[in-house]
Amino acid sequence: MFLKNLFKKEADRKCTKCGAEIPYKKLSENAFICPKCGAYMRMKASERLALIADAKTFSEQNADLKCKNPIDFPGYDEKIEKAKADSGLEDAVVCGTCEIGGEKCAIFVMDSSFMMGSMGTTVGEKITSLFEYALDNSLPVVGFTTSGGARMQEGILSLMQMAKVSGAVKRHSDGKNLYIAVLTDPTTGGVTASFAMLGDIIIAEPKALIGFAGKRVIEQTTGEKLPEGFQTAEFMLSHGFVDIIAERKNLKEKLATLLKIHKGGKR
Amino acid sequence: MEIKAYDRVKTARSGGRPMGKYYIDNMIEDFCELHGDRRYGDDGAIIGGVGFLGGKPVTVIAMERGETVEDRMARHFGCPAPEGYRKALRLMKQAEKFGRPIICFIGSPGAYCGIEAENRGQGEAIAENLFEMMGISVPIISVVAGEGGSGGALALGVCDSLIMLENAIYSVISPEGCASILWKDSAKAPDAAEALRLTAPDLYKFGIADKIIDETDKTNEKICKDLKDYIVAQIELCEKYSAQELLDKRYGKFRKIK
Ligand SMILES: [Zn+2]
Repeated sequence: MFLKNLFKKEADRKCTKCGAEIPYKKLSENAFICPKCGAYMRMKASERLALIADAKTFSEQNADLKCKNPIDFPGYDEKIEKAKADSGLEDAVVCGTCEIGGEKCAIFVMDSSFMMGSMGTTVGEKITSLFEYALDNSLPVVGFTTSGGARMQEGILSLMQMAKVSGAVKRHSDGKNLYIAVLTDPTTGGVTASFAMLGDIIIAEPKALIGFAGKRVIEQTTGEKLPEGFQTAEFMLSHGFVDIIAERKNLKEKLATLLKIHKGGKR
Repeated sequence: MEIKAYDRVKTARSGGRPMGKYYIDNMIEDFCELHGDRRYGDDGAIIGGVGFLGGKPVTVIAMERGETVEDRMARHFGCPAPEGYRKALRLMKQAEKFGRPIICFIGSPGAYCGIEAENRGQGEAIAENLFEMMGISVPIISVVAGEGGSGGALALGVCDSLIMLENAIYSVISPEGCASILWKDSAKAPDAAEALRLTAPDLYKFGIADKIIDETDKTNEKICKDLKDYIVAQIELCEKYSAQELLDKRYGKFRKIK
């Protein structure tokens, strides 16, 4: 039993679009894009870092900040335990520094396998601290978002994280530092309505769901049928809210180029 | 006896409860309404303008749901569209230019939820306000007068002093929404209201609300008077600080919430 766990490999995954069973190795070598139908699979934070950060350059920050239950919300403790077991994480974001194509940056990567990437106090605190660190060290920030929004089990404290992180982004920005937001599937709710939309440059992955209100809520509230392609990355680009849609396989190169262009750009 | 959270939710939402327009009419002298976001349109759910508060020029931004049926339709029941938030930001920057304090009145079920609002960037509009309000170098006093519904309320809530009326609420999600997501039963909203800790006393305990204005056994006129006196005092206090001190304190007010 112990040995089996010790040498446990990542399980093969099913394509969320076409249903094809794909061996993990094949999927990871293909940047988590389904080799059968081309659909983008969601990625864990560790997988994203492996794809984007130069080898052996990632150094994690605030890894010991753990998710807690600050308002004693009923049933939340059990949910946290389950989310930890499912994701292998302490909360829905991983923060640190790394190099991308040799360019040093601060980086945060949200992970939807921990309670749909929702933002509570720990996620807010980690991202805020990262922007503060980046400001103090004149580093650009590259941030990958994926989130269902503010985490309701932490009540008003979650909502306030939207203001807190946005304030940290503002201070980092006032220091003339670059922030590139990369929106991945899905980016919605309170994360869209705060730091996801605050990048100097906003990149989205193809077909990613990006929006504020939930699709079902909009349908129920308005009784209207949603148009084709509503709230996709392409929709956001055509409405002027995203700078670039980048193919996953070109993303690292694109980020490295943008980081190089902004190097030493301070006045 | 302790008042149940959901009773406060009902009071905060109740039909006759004064909202933004009432406070403008009863607190601000020579109010001049200023319309439009200079981008796309004018949103009825947010009233903006300038006037005098106790003899001093101020900018006022107020959510308003309307009274008559027609009025409510025109103001889409107090749910601001992106152009409402952009109008608010335009007027806040104008206030900064002319060095006058800003007073925001919050009372809305939430940001307008619809196809058009998404087309015009509801998320971006709220995000922009959170970002910019952290850097506006004149005092910002926000008052939650009714229902403070999530990000749509927070977009006028980045401030130096947050005042809540005793029966106002402020929440990350409506109790009904929370109950239907968590327990697949919106009838459990009263339980969700307790769990979410959304009352004024809760927020005061968390250090998010700086002041509660009592409502019990008071007329609307008396509540408005007490609120006005407190706002005037808070503005005077804020004006003692340099612009940088004010902004550092504002950031610190949110930075400490963890
Ligand atoms: Zn597939």
